[in-house]
Amino acid sequence: MVDKGRRDFLKKAGIAAAAIPFANLRIPVIDVTLEEFFQKHYKEMSEEEKKRVVERLERQHKEKYGVDVEIMTTPPKKGVVWGYALNIQKCIGCRRCVYACVRENNQSRANPKEPWRGEIQWIRVLEFEKFEIHPGGKAKDFRTKFGEVIAGINLEESEHYYNPPHVPEKEKFYMPIQCQQCERPPCVKVCPTKATWKEPDGIIVVDYNWCIGCRFCIAACPYWARRFNWSDPYIRKEEINPKMHYLGNRIRMRGVVEKCTFCIQRTRNGRYPACVEICPVGARKFGNLLDPESEVRRVIEKKRVFRLKEELGTQPKFFYFID
Amino acid sequence: MRKFIDFVLTSVKLALTGSRKYYAWLASLLIVVLFGAFTYYYQLKYGLIITDIRDQVSWGSYIANFTFLVGVAAAAVMIVLPAYLYNYKEFKHITIFGELMAVSALVMVLTFVLVDLGRIDRVLHLMPVTGTPNWPQSMLTWDVIVLNGYLFLNILIPGYLLYKAYLREPPRKWIKIFILISIPWAISIHTVTAFLYGGLAARPFWNTAVMAPRFLASAFTAGPAFIIIILQIIRKYTCIGQPGCKLVVSDRALFTLAHIALISMLVNLFFLGSEIYTVGYAATSHIAPLKYLFFGLEHDGVLYNKLQPYMWVAITIEIIAALLLLFPKTRKNFKTLNIACIFAFVGIWIEKGMGLVIPGFIPTPIGEIWEYYPTLMEIMITLAVWALGLLVYTLLLKIAIGILAEDVVHPSAKGKEMPEHH
Repeated sequence: MVDKGRRDFLKKAGIAAAAIPFANLRIPVIDVTLEEFFQKHYKEMSEEEKKRVVERLERQHKEKYGVDVEIMTTPPKKGVVWGYALNIQKCIGCRRCVYACVRENNQSRANPKEPWRGEIQWIRVLEFEKFEIHPGGKAKDFRTKFGEVIAGINLEESEHYYNPPHVPEKEKFYMPIQCQQCERPPCVKVCPTKATWKEPDGIIVVDYNWCIGCRFCIAACPYWARRFNWSDPYIRKEEINPKMHYLGNRIRMRGVVEKCTFCIQRTRNGRYPACVEICPVGARKFGNLLDPESEVRRVIEKKRVFRLKEELGTQPKFFYFID
Repeated sequence: MRKFIDFVLTSVKLALTGSRKYYAWLASLLIVVLFGAFTYYYQLKYGLIITDIRDQVSWGSYIANFTFLVGVAAAAVMIVLPAYLYNYKEFKHITIFGELMAVSALVMVLTFVLVDLGRIDRVLHLMPVTGTPNWPQSMLTWDVIVLNGYLFLNILIPGYLLYKAYLREPPRKWIKIFILISIPWAISIHTVTAFLYGGLAARPFWNTAVMAPRFLASAFTAGPAFIIIILQIIRKYTCIGQPGCKLVVSDRALFTLAHIALISMLVNLFFLGSEIYTVGYAATSHIAPLKYLFFGLEHDGVLYNKLQPYMWVAITIEIIAALLLLFPKTRKNFKTLNIACIFAFVGIWIEKGMGLVIPGFIPTPIGEIWEYYPTLMEIMITLAVWALGLLVYTLLLKIAIGILAEDVVHPSAKGKEMPEHH
């Protein structure tokens, strides 16, 4: 209903996408053209409108970054729901997945001239102590000799910025965390503009041209999987991955939220996510949860799996397992 | 229509004429607003990078002040309710000041939300027809509805009453319906704002049922505390308080407000204590944000405790305020009453502003400790929004006092007495 009313309004106001007067007029400071300003929600666009928007975005990429890019709008395949499995026993904490993800998904890089602007990374690898005992304990209420023990996955004891000369370290283990592609995503629920949603193949996506940048989704995510463009993205021409998806790795603008999309530009076109491909120890598995023969389904059936913060009822499609 | 235009023109004239002191006050507020606007231009141009808000602590000073001020706006109900539901005479003369406080607070509330947005150019995406509001799912969509509705009510009601007073005519009955609606509506704005936080399972510090009750209790302390000070200033600098003035701000009205602030403060401290007990006694890992707030968190030998001193100050002055309000001797002495009011206001500003928003993010849901401290530019913008609110409040008060107390009337109503209902 809302969609229809909106479309009628746009027609009446004479600003239907086809005929925006002064479409290329640029609003200063916020640096947005009128055509962009009146762009519709992705899900409300007809195929024709999508095509036009994509052409414009490709042109803008060329103007701004000097690179010829291809922005796809590949739709989800029927009968596919993507799932992920990660073997934390195998993970060596090398962070190759982190950097492969950044390269693949055109994240904003660290700007050497402006050191306060760090690189945006969608994967965070946590380092844990396998086992740590403080005999007697620091607190008085630990009376036995066994004392205060840190063991297993205690997120608050995790180290996010570990930096030893070599990984893996003997007494440590590692757990990468990225978007868990929840079946019941709290981030989607809280978004005031429906700018983020769950696609039929289970991927949570963001329409970067519809997000208002309120960051409610960042507050709502229990896995800290969402990132914000605090400034204009910084990315060098030669680092740009020109194979892009509208809902995925096209270069974002300042003031919007982004997140892992299971490399939608790859996975919807028959390839593995970049993090799966790069992992040197084969700890990462990916596939169709609806296909009983897929690797990810076999992992779920044969291995001991668990999901992060299961008690929150988010139903992640990201499974951790051990051999 | 002609009369209404006269009303608007008279209002503008009233707002813009005054003593030298009045102009100096307006000018100083305006300077702060302009500095902030200039700073905001940079934020618009370079993004929120000019603040210290980051992925780890993704809301900061803007949203903290937003949260606090929604409470101040809601607190107008503490004057409207006794005046209209209980026909409490002492409040009849001061309801207008409460309603105008709500308007000014809402101006700040909405401005704080707008300056916090990453893409203010897309704000219409929140609205029906021009956007796709996620209603009824998103609490932020609810907040847009209730806040704008409340703003509408609080412009309509005092606006209409002032217009009628300007014509020296009694107000029509239909306005009473809107006044009565405004009472539960005031509760709703702060409830929805509490639900923004309370509904997030990812943030155990906020994910508690006591959030909305606590919000209301603290609001009903801070709002009356603020208005007690304002009413005394009005009494001092305008004709109110001088013999023969049409408008009376009685000591009794102020002491009743102090009583309301006292009870609300005690309830607020009780809720805060319940929260601290529940989280502290259970001592699960959910204790971390609270520990951060009061003692700081340690990681790798480094102690992170930037908020700690503020929180202890907040609790201390809140308790002092409660004690000063508790004893009739100090409550009915304007010197101690004013100290109590300032302490209550500042204490709650810290406790449910930064003291509520920031620890919700620390540690992050995956265990990182990252501290936030507003940048100078962020503080400038924050101050400017406050100055804007005070500016709006000053202008509105000037108009209201002009019409209600200083006998500014429409030419056609010259010589007529003010009807009873005002």
